[in-house]
Amino acid sequence: MIINSRFFNRSELIGFVSLAVLLFLILPLSLDIFRLNLVAKYLTYAFVGIGLVLCWGYGGILSLGQGVFFGLGGYCMAMFLKLEASSVANTKIQSTPGIPDFMDWNQLTAVPMFWKPFYSFPLTVLAIIIVPGIFAFIIGAAMFKRRVGGVYFAIITQAIAAILTILIVGQQGYTGGINGITDLRTLYGWDIRTDHAKFILYFVEVVLLFGCIIAAQFIRLTKLGRILVAMREQEDRVRFSGYSVANFKIFAFCAAAIFAAVGGAMFTLEVGFMSPSFVGIVPSIEMVIYTAVGGRMSIFGAVYGSLLVNFAKTMLSESFPQLWLFGLGGLFIAVVLAFPSGLSGIWADYVQPRIDRLLSSRKPKAAWTESSVADGAPAE
Amino acid sequence: MFGDYSLGDLGAILAMQGFAGLILFSVYVLMALGLAIIFGQMGVINMAHGEFMILGAYVTWMTSTTVQHYAPWLFPGYFFIAMTLAFIASGSLGMLVEWAMIRHLYRRPLDTLLATWGLSLILQQAYRSVFGAREVGVELPDWMMGSWQATDSIQIPINGMFVMALTILITIAVSYVLFWSSWGKQVRAVVQNRVMAGAVGINTEKVDRYTFGLGCGIAGIAGSAFTMIGSTGPTAGQLYIVDTFLVVVFGGAASLLGTIASAFSISQTQSTLEFFMSGSMAKVITLLTIVAILMMRPQGLFALKVRK
Amino acid sequence: MLIGHQPKEFLLAVSGLTVSFDGFKAVNDLSFYVEENEIRVIIGPNGAGKTTVLDLICGKTKATEGSIQFRGKELTKLKENEIVKTGVGRKFQTPSVFEDLSVFENLEISFPRGRSVFGSLTFQRDAKVKERVEEVAEMIFLKDKLSTYADELSHGQKQWLEIGMLLIQDPDLLMLDEPVAGMSVSERAKTAELLNRIIKNRSVLVIEHDMKFVEDIAHKVTVLHQGQILSEGTMEKVKNDPKVIEVYLGH
Repeated sequence: MIINSRFFNRSELIGFVSLAVLLFLILPLSLDIFRLNLVAKYLTYAFVGIGLVLCWGYGGILSLGQGVFFGLGGYCMAMFLKLEASSVANTKIQSTPGIPDFMDWNQLTAVPMFWKPFYSFPLTVLAIIIVPGIFAFIIGAAMFKRRVGGVYFAIITQAIAAILTILIVGQQGYTGGINGITDLRTLYGWDIRTDHAKFILYFVEVVLLFGCIIAAQFIRLTKLGRILVAMREQEDRVRFSGYSVANFKIFAFCAAAIFAAVGGAMFTLEVGFMSPSFVGIVPSIEMVIYTAVGGRMSIFGAVYGSLLVNFAKTMLSESFPQLWLFGLGGLFIAVVLAFPSGLSGIWADYVQPRIDRLLSSRKPKAAWTESSVADGAPAE
Repeated sequence: MFGDYSLGDLGAILAMQGFAGLILFSVYVLMALGLAIIFGQMGVINMAHGEFMILGAYVTWMTSTTVQHYAPWLFPGYFFIAMTLAFIASGSLGMLVEWAMIRHLYRRPLDTLLATWGLSLILQQAYRSVFGAREVGVELPDWMMGSWQATDSIQIPINGMFVMALTILITIAVSYVLFWSSWGKQVRAVVQNRVMAGAVGINTEKVDRYTFGLGCGIAGIAGSAFTMIGSTGPTAGQLYIVDTFLVVVFGGAASLLGTIASAFSISQTQSTLEFFMSGSMAKVITLLTIVAILMMRPQGLFALKVRK
Repeated sequence: MLIGHQPKEFLLAVSGLTVSFDGFKAVNDLSFYVEENEIRVIIGPNGAGKTTVLDLICGKTKATEGSIQFRGKELTKLKENEIVKTGVGRKFQTPSVFEDLSVFENLEISFPRGRSVFGSLTFQRDAKVKERVEEVAEMIFLKDKLSTYADELSHGQKQWLEIGMLLIQDPDLLMLDEPVAGMSVSERAKTAELLNRIIKNRSVLVIEHDMKFVEDIAHKVTVLHQGQILSEGTMEKVKNDPKVIEVYLGH
């Protein structure tokens, strides 16, 4: 059990395969393109969720500002698409043709410097990874080196989400303001608004998602993954075992930020716009609840959690808008009070044992209860 | 930039801007006091604090409408009734929440944060269902309207002064309760050593419940005062919660004096900056400064150095 | 500094060490020296500053003044994990092990390899690691519990596990804070046996209240009182020191 060098153990393998079947076959075959696009939108939050599993579930670092990174990734992508959509031909009627419409409305006459790199798609892809990565590194280095953690870290990340939202809304001419960056059309001339494009983008996203799942699983299985768990419990013991705790936290936080940013970039492609309403305090904390519902320690749980909560959100807010907030609020409380390990915990406690019993007749319990050497009191 | 103003005008503007800062300061202090008690004394992050405040505001609004309707002769003094009711309403809700939820989570601060956020969503929706999404405002009695003419060019609104006086009063009352009353001693005993406090006969559960209730009750009073200077909507509480947390953390969580000093510096910075730039940029710069300072001095401005 | 020309044999040289918390001097102008392969026990009444001294040496608390030299390196300027790398290991008073990890994984984390972020990403559980982990597990009586999660261990077993985690680091200076506190009689005997085995080839700094245990293992005893040294020497000498008798029995 301990000396297990396989990448997935049996139940994880089953989880991996069934998720792959669900996302690659069942959903695309059974849903119309509108619904499939909705699924694609929900799945963008799964990227954030996987990052949170590493950072919060394993590392114990709760970030309430993941929307910041989701947004940074999304905005990077949106800036590229917006520049492509704002060709001189498309924007003839503006007083300055060739710049994004909102810049024109705000009396800008040229594309600002920090927009320039986004004329290039390779640079954009790089920026989607690098910008949130560096931003997370700066925040992480500043805070973790000074041992800011726990609720303080949570509050400060929340404040950062608030700051970024206010900034984006306030700087209309540079960011598109409260409406965000809208009216995105093509990627290298390929119209992303068509059904066909949405179908393809869905698969691109699922492939990327599985890339992230495998990366996260890899991190989880290395010694780094065990150090994260160790750190969550006994930070000092890790420190006095010769590790720089801050560096490991920074790594987990940066990895989570980059996953979130990839999700954000895909969100822009799937939905066709990006706005500050996906950056601020409320979306950030909702992303945490997707993870918590799925199970904060479970990578697959994060995916299912994102799908289910968002599905419930769409259903409820379409038919009973008033119930949705009650439901979401109740979910926060229930998942914390009654099901701290979320759906994956329920699965592991109630469903998995039954499946195991069905699959094998051998007794599943490990024999660790042999008499102990010492007669000491049981652990507190 | 200042060319159009005479020196006297400029002084008056500064004074009035400073006064606007003082009103913001009062609101911060009132909200932060309750939060500081709960966070500083119990280590609990209450994200629904803003909603407890809004409850106080709605209670005040209901009282004002009721009084206007059924007992107009009471109207000039209705505010004092409203404040008492707000305190009782928010305080009892707080105690209920402590009993149903918070006490199960004392060892899991991050989970408390999520659970109270959930509570805040439920309360927001409850307010929306009961009172409607529209913002409501109370009618002020005559004596609170208008302003006091300090000099020719300086006008100070009376409701603002009232809120400030109230803030001072409540701050004094809270410090009395926490630092001089025997109950306050119990609270601090529980904070310092829960097991020992229990051993010497303090009912720690009761102390927890009343502390949480007191913090929420003060939030109710804050909401009550808030109606004097602005209107109330279901989500108004959420707008203030992060700012208020920053005030508390910035001041050094366990220090009441620190909370007040930090509320003062933050509100003054913001209102002064607002004079030079747009409100949103002023807020961005204020928040960024706080975050930067907190990164350099995570224990807050006024925390003592202690052995952990 | 005084210790500029310290003779080589001192492994640890603490001089003029002071730390104050808001004016209260928990450790006040403290100096002492530990030689290679020496077993030094620090005793003293509650609040004498014993744990603070260990905290200062391992970097958990920063000194206000003074110096701590370990093999000629100044420790007061290093971070905790750097101090560990110079060869100082520290066991805490309450057992601090990783309860959500197995005994094997607990020991493996302490194995001194792959301690950087990328080192830990590429760390391989090879034969050498397994061998060493099993060897140490045998020493700390937990060989048959390698796959048990640490939260299922008894209090005494957790103490042993933490000692094992230090052993696997192979420190030159081992600091133990009340290693037998809270143990049953039979666990205590086993721990003494364990300690006697592991203190070979290294220096040990122990805080302990159990005088019988101290007498068993100490080469030299330092008595702390109010952050200062009250007496130092062999157990025999310290026991007969009138100042010590007054502090422990007086009033």
